[in-house]
Amino acid sequence: MSTGWSLFVIVVTLGMLGGFTWLVLNTRRIQDPDGANKLNAHEFDGITEYDAPMPEWFTWMFIGSIVFALVYLLLYPGLGNFPGLLGWSSSSALEQDQQRAEARFAPLFERYLRTPVEELAETPQAIRMGQRLFGNYCAQCHGTAAQGSPGYPNLTDGHWAWGGSPEQIRATLVNGRRAAMPAWGPVLGDDGIRDTTEFVISLADRDHDAEAAARGAEHYAQFCVACHGSEGRGNPGLGAADLTTGVYLYGGSRETIAASLRNGRNGVMPAQIDVLDEARIHILTAYVYGLPRRHDSAERE
Amino acid sequence: MDTEDKTKKHAGLADRFTHDKIERHTGLMVVLILVVISFGGLVQILPLFSDRDLTEPLDGMEPLTALQLEGRDIYMREGCHVCHTQKIRALRTEVERYGHYSVAGEFVWDHPFMWGSKRTGPDLARVGGRYSDDWQMQHLYDPRSLVPESNMPAYPWLFYRDVDNRHTSRKMRVLRRLGVPYTDEQIESAADDVAGYTEAEALVAYLQQLGTAIPRR
Repeated sequence: MSTGWSLFVIVVTLGMLGGFTWLVLNTRRIQDPDGANKLNAHEFDGITEYDAPMPEWFTWMFIGSIVFALVYLLLYPGLGNFPGLLGWSSSSALEQDQQRAEARFAPLFERYLRTPVEELAETPQAIRMGQRLFGNYCAQCHGTAAQGSPGYPNLTDGHWAWGGSPEQIRATLVNGRRAAMPAWGPVLGDDGIRDTTEFVISLADRDHDAEAAARGAEHYAQFCVACHGSEGRGNPGLGAADLTTGVYLYGGSRETIAASLRNGRNGVMPAQIDVLDEARIHILTAYVYGLPRRHDSAERE
Repeated sequence: MDTEDKTKKHAGLADRFTHDKIERHTGLMVVLILVVISFGGLVQILPLFSDRDLTEPLDGMEPLTALQLEGRDIYMREGCHVCHTQKIRALRTEVERYGHYSVAGEFVWDHPFMWGSKRTGPDLARVGGRYSDDWQMQHLYDPRSLVPESNMPAYPWLFYRDVDNRHTSRKMRVLRRLGVPYTDEQIESAADDVAGYTEAEALVAYLQQLGTAIPRR
């Protein structure tokens, strides 16, 4: 704020406070000591009105608020560029709060950063912290119980599109993932899509039309093998799904598989390094790494 | 009236401004009330116009594209701002959850701003890029298919209605008059730029840029 505007604020604010003070003191009246009730000068149809002064406590409230305003303006920013004796500002208050939190949590985070993921995944406190982080940053897509939904991987079943080692999970979290399955509809045509769908289904040992699957195998060998591999085991480096497990990210019906083939799939996992620091990513990595095992032991119980 | 001594002490002005007089002269009371209210406003509002932190956009900020702008209008039409705020306060808990607190420069081209005042759903000030486009689309179509606990309404009609591009250029021209630096080319091609997009796509385009002018962390 320029000095001129600052002065403007100060003069008007203090001027108003002064004006209020004068107004309150000037219009203030004391109850008559003898307690006699005066009457107002006006009279309507024989009805008259007592002229009682404002209660004294009310006047004191006025004066009290003026005093409060002056004290407040002295302590906190309000009078133009005068920062107040306490030096308070919303951003410095935030900074102090963050520093307090940092001082409180940093030792814990540092200790966890030095703990390997495998060990951290067994630490109850880290699991609870991971659960809170998961609830805020991951649950919108993967679900609060990490059970996923069509198009968003279930993280509890031990099937990892991009790999389930601590390093791979960490990389997924830090940089995100962008799947790039091309659309094969224009290349394969409707018949080709149907046949290839049968072959993909046969890879998981499901009931299929053997004849169509045999034709589909040729398409597979030509177009799909580069990413999904000759045995259909997929490639976690590319996010290519393992087609032999019978677990499908987008659903396992013939229609869904055919749609994946026809239109391609470009699932996106957003990079979390924009939002989370290393320590939190490390805790989340451990949380996600431990999900299948905890899920299994919960199932057993 | 007051005691005689007192009126004598404040001769002149005080005589004219007694409580009795103000109460009996409505015109005078109106004037005095106006003084109180408008002086408060003058002190609070006027100096802000000269504060560059509050009136200049952030470095590298771009005005909304035609499609994002139409998306913003759909955001308004559907009342998203009734349940979602677009303002992160400078509190540690909010900054941890949503990212850097909102700053004035982010909103200088918002006419009107979409701050909102009630959070039935989460704050959206930095939702841009947080979820994939696919997620946003599916979530608008059927929120509970992704978040079973969600109480957000579904917006299926956004998916079969195309963006109305009849007024896009005009809107941009009005915004330019209000200070948004649209170029002539942007305004001319606006109708073509949004033609053929569904309302859902426009809304997602708007959402995906929210708060991306400064880093979230």
